[in-house]
Amino acid sequence: MTETTPTALRLADRKSRTRRWPLLPVMELAVLAIGALLPLVLQDYLTVYATRVLILCLFALSFDLVWGYAGIMSFGQAVFFGSAGYGVALLARDLGLTSMLIVLPAGLLIGFTFALLLGGFLLLGRHPSSVIFVSLGTLTGSYAFDRLARGWYYLGGQNGIPSIPAMSIGSYEWDEGPGFYYLALGILLVVYIICRFLVRSQFGLALAGLRENEQRIAFFGYRAQRLKAIIFSFAGAIAGLAGSLYAFHEGFVWPNMLGVVMSTQVVLYVLFGGPGTLIGAVIGTVVIEAVSFWLSNSYQDIWPIILGVLLLLVILFRPAGLVSLVLSERERVGEFGRPPGDRHGPA
Amino acid sequence: MALLEASGISKIFGRLTALNGAELVVAEHEFHGLIGPNGSGKSTLMKCIAGAEVPTAGKVMFAGRDITSAPPSERARAGMSLKFQITSVLPALTLYDNVLLALQAQTSLPSLLFSRTRGVLHDRVMAMLEQFRLVDRASDAASALSHGQQQWLEIAMALAPEPRLLLLDEPTGGMSLEERRVTGELLQPIKQRCSLVIVEHDLDFIRDICDRLTVLDQGSVLDCGTVRHIQASPRVQEVYLRRA
Repeated sequence: MTETTPTALRLADRKSRTRRWPLLPVMELAVLAIGALLPLVLQDYLTVYATRVLILCLFALSFDLVWGYAGIMSFGQAVFFGSAGYGVALLARDLGLTSMLIVLPAGLLIGFTFALLLGGFLLLGRHPSSVIFVSLGTLTGSYAFDRLARGWYYLGGQNGIPSIPAMSIGSYEWDEGPGFYYLALGILLVVYIICRFLVRSQFGLALAGLRENEQRIAFFGYRAQRLKAIIFSFAGAIAGLAGSLYAFHEGFVWPNMLGVVMSTQVVLYVLFGGPGTLIGAVIGTVVIEAVSFWLSNSYQDIWPIILGVLLLLVILFRPAGLVSLVLSERERVGEFGRPPGDRHGPA
Repeated sequence: MALLEASGISKIFGRLTALNGAELVVAEHEFHGLIGPNGSGKSTLMKCIAGAEVPTAGKVMFAGRDITSAPPSERARAGMSLKFQITSVLPALTLYDNVLLALQAQTSLPSLLFSRTRGVLHDRVMAMLEQFRLVDRASDAASALSHGQQQWLEIAMALAPEPRLLLLDEPTGGMSLEERRVTGELLQPIKQRCSLVIVEHDLDFIRDICDRLTVLDQGSVLDCGTVRHIQASPRVQEVYLRRA
């Protein structure tokens, strides 16, 4: 049994001094350094591919926030990604608006609004929503939006909206290549830092409580459903930002951007890399996309099967994802307060 | 005026009547024990008071306000706090963060986002951990604690927001004799700060700390009064002897 002693605070201090230095910031800086140097060594066509991957990393961050941090299983994250993509494509096609100062905030707002509407419906009922209800609700939403886009002539039907003009700022146009790559990297970095700040704040502690035991924190006085709706909408805004960037980078939007396949893909990115770490979402996206790229060139017929088996193996034997090979559970969960003498916390 | 007044509480699950018109009245700064044989409805009554269950009939008044159908979060904000029967500390979080989580529950959203109350609440977190003899484990994950220590942590979490009424459902369940004794010691000082309703099977423990007892049997109140009154009650003795 633990006894309170006059030296208890000194013991806590000594214990904290023997802890390992955190590896998470090292990993984050390493990934950033690699990302910053990549266009210098890659051929142009690979830089274009890497830009797409960076945008998908941004999309994966949005799913990591809702599932990895708040425990909301959204199988409809592509709704916010795709609707923002379609929204900015329409702004560019019908109104000629391509300024990034307009289209990126517009994408963010579209993602936020759709997430608020869907989240409000699924999460703000009189009683707490079950994981199954939210999963099926978001999945249905994704399917419905996909069908709607396919059947609506104004949105281009099955073909989507092609030939979107380039995004611009002043007279400069963001074409595919290193410029767009660094823009995407910069946006990803800013969003990552904001998310990192958020999940390590006291709000992040409330999210951790939500994920670990929603019922328990309601008995502390938390309005758990409202917290869920807030983080769901915020993540929707990030997905919207990613969708608008994706639309301008690819130059066209199509129904798959809204559908179940895209929604499932982002789930796999995060599960593969490690949910609830942010960096896991980035690493998972990069590894899956890189392996897919390599396999599709080397094993054209069977690469989806090989990739599927790889994913299954990681999810079966490393449920905490690839990052758990390096990061301890303590570091993945993080600390939110700072006991006396704790030189490392909060992480 | 009573702090808590639960009257005519009934709870029916399908064909099972768990509570049948149960009553409970608790005054300010009163330690009130809820006892009775297994299946008598103690935990169900506790859940109806805390908001984990909505009663089929009856009324729960807390601090003069009808909270019968209020969700748990609103009851907590009104000053009610619950420790569950099954330990439900958050195992992946440190002890420090478990207590901070409980303490910051009523902080506004902007303050949570910008961590404005983290510094202000620090001393209260440490004081609570010290009171429950857990301060030297502040940086450890809650999962690393023994069962008894997890129970103490959970009581500390329930007590941290300074509730007016603390509801403890079997706080000494699974504890050793020594841990039970210490738990009794830890609970005594809170009498100046709040009222307590406690469900407990250990009659020696409950006799030592409670002012009044309510005895439930088959979902109804069998008797209610001071510890001495209950000890002398022939009806209570009959029920316990019958069960023995």
